[in-house]
Amino acid sequence: MKREQNEHALLDGLAQNDRLAIETLYQQHYRMVQSLIINNQGTIDDARDIFQEAMIVLYEKARSGTFELNCQIKTYVYSVSRRLWLKRLQYMQKYVPEVNGLDDVVPVEEEVEAAEKRNADYQLMEKAMMNLGEPCKSLLEAFYVQKKNMTEIAGNFGYTNADNAKNQKYKCLMRLKKIFFAQYKNESA
Amino acid sequence: MEELQMLDAVERYIRGQMNSQEKEYFEQLRKSNPEVDQLVVAHTMFLNQLNTYGEQKNFKSVLNEVHNELVGSGEIKERAPQAKVVDLFRRNKKVWAVAASIAGITAITIAGMISYYSQKDNTEKLQQLRREFKQEIAKNTNQVRKEVSDQIKTSKAPLNAPVISGGTGFLIDVKGFLVTNAHVVNNANSVIVQNSKGQEFRAKTVYVNSVSDIAILKIADEDFKPFTSLPYGVKKTSADLGEQLFTLGYPGDAIVYNEGYMSAKTGYKGDTMTCQIGVFANPGNSGGPVFNKNGEVIGIINTRQLQAEGVVFALTAKNIFRSLEDAKKDTALGNVKIPTTSSIKNLERTQQIRKIEDCVFMVKSY
Repeated sequence: MKREQNEHALLDGLAQNDRLAIETLYQQHYRMVQSLIINNQGTIDDARDIFQEAMIVLYEKARSGTFELNCQIKTYVYSVSRRLWLKRLQYMQKYVPEVNGLDDVVPVEEEVEAAEKRNADYQLMEKAMMNLGEPCKSLLEAFYVQKKNMTEIAGNFGYTNADNAKNQKYKCLMRLKKIFFAQYKNESA
Repeated sequence: MEELQMLDAVERYIRGQMNSQEKEYFEQLRKSNPEVDQLVVAHTMFLNQLNTYGEQKNFKSVLNEVHNELVGSGEIKERAPQAKVVDLFRRNKKVWAVAASIAGITAITIAGMISYYSQKDNTEKLQQLRREFKQEIAKNTNQVRKEVSDQIKTSKAPLNAPVISGGTGFLIDVKGFLVTNAHVVNNANSVIVQNSKGQEFRAKTVYVNSVSDIAILKIADEDFKPFTSLPYGVKKTSADLGEQLFTLGYPGDAIVYNEGYMSAKTGYKGDTMTCQIGVFANPGNSGGPVFNKNGEVIGIINTRQLQAEGVVFALTAKNIFRSLEDAKKDTALGNVKIPTTSSIKNLERTQQIRKIEDCVFMVKSY
C-alpha cells in the first residue's frame, strides 16, 4: 500500500515539475534502462536519450490527469524504453531477434506512437527556431518557453519599452509561423 | 502594422485576456470574417505547438541537469559494458571451461548424428539405379557362362566371380573413355563393358568420385577399335524446362530406349548438381546418358525418387567436364577430348538411336 502511495506522490510531483520527484525517478530507474540499452547494442548516449524519452512519456501521462497506473512505475518505464529502443534499432536497420531482459512488460504501443508524433513535432519546431536566427529565437523562447513577462524581456533585450518588445515579438512570431508551416506542409506532403 | 494588431488581438483572445466588450466584438468579427476565423484556428494550433515545445524543452533541460548532477555525485554510473563481462569471466573461469567443453561435445555429437542420419535418410528416399545381381542368380549365370566360355571362349568375365552390380556407361572420347556413375563401379574388382551387340571389353577405372557420383572408365582391350568420331556432343549449358529428352540404358540385357522431358533444373531437395527429368528409369539405367532432341548429352541418370513415379534425377552434363579436369590433375589421361557438337542433329529419332547405340555400353562390376 505504501509503495503505491509513494508512486502516486511521485507522479503528482512529476506533473507539477517538482525537481525532487524527477530526481527520485531518475535515481530509481535510470540504471535499469541503461543496462537494457547497453546489453542490446546501444551506447551510453543512447541510454540517456531513451530514458529521457521514456520520462517525457511518463511526464505527459502524469500531466494528462487521466493516467491510471496499474503497474509499477518501474515496469512502465521499462516497457516504454524497451519499445522505444526496439523502434530505434529497427529504424537503424539493425536486426535484433529478441531484446534481452526478462522483466515484465505492459502494452505501451499507443504511448510510444504518441511519443513519436510529439518528437517529430518537437524537432520540427526546433528546426524552425534554428532557421529563425537571433535575436528572434531568444526573444520568442524568453516569452513562450521561459514565460517571462514583456517588461522583463524589454529590459533584457534592450528595448525601450514593453510595447516595443511586444511588436518585435509579433514580427518574430509571424516569421516563425511561416517557416514552421512551410516545413509542416513539406513533412506531411 | 495591421497584421501585428490582428495577431495581438488573436493572441489575447486565445489567452482569454480580453474584456467582455472586446471579446464580444471579436467574436462577431470572427463569425462574419472567415479569414479571421481561419487565423484564430491556425494560431491556436501554432501556440499549442509552441507551448508543448516550451514545456518539453524545459523538462528536457531539467532531465539533463539531473542526469549530470547524479553522474557527478556518483549516484549513477555510466559504466562501460565490457568491464562486467571480463569480471564475470574471471570469476567463473572453471564454470566457463566446463560449459564450453560440454557445449563442444554436444555440438560434435549432434553434428555426427545429423550427418549419419541424414545420409541414411537420403538413401531411403532415393534409389540409385544400378542393377543388383542376387548371388544365387549370379552363380547360375556364372555357371552357365563358364560352360559357354569353355566351349567358345569369348567371355571375358573373370572366372568364378559374381557380378556385383550393373549399370550403363557411354563414350566421351573416341579412344574408349566412358563415363558412368561412381556407385556402379564403386566396389568392383574388375569392370567389363558390353556393347549393344553383346561384345564384351575389359575396362579399367581411371577416376571415381563418390561425391559427384561420376566415374571415368577406359576400355583396355585389344578387341576394341577406336571410333573415328562420336555421333553426339556433350552440352555444357543446361537444358530448358519442358525440353524433349530421351535416354538409352541397360536395365535388362538389351539396350532400352525411353522418352521424357526436362521437369526441373534442380534435383532432389534443390540440389544444383543434378536436374529432374520425367522419364521411366529402372535399376540398370544408372550412368546412362540423357539426350536432347539434337542428340546432345545433357545429363547422366543417377537416382530416382522412391515414393514418386517418373521422378528421376540426372547429373548435369557440366559435371562431366568438371570431373575430367579433376581426373587430369592426378592421372595422365592423354588427350581426352569431349565432343561438343552433335552430327545427328536433324536426323529421325530411329536413325539417331542407331548411331548412338554403339557408343552406349552396359557396365558390369565383378
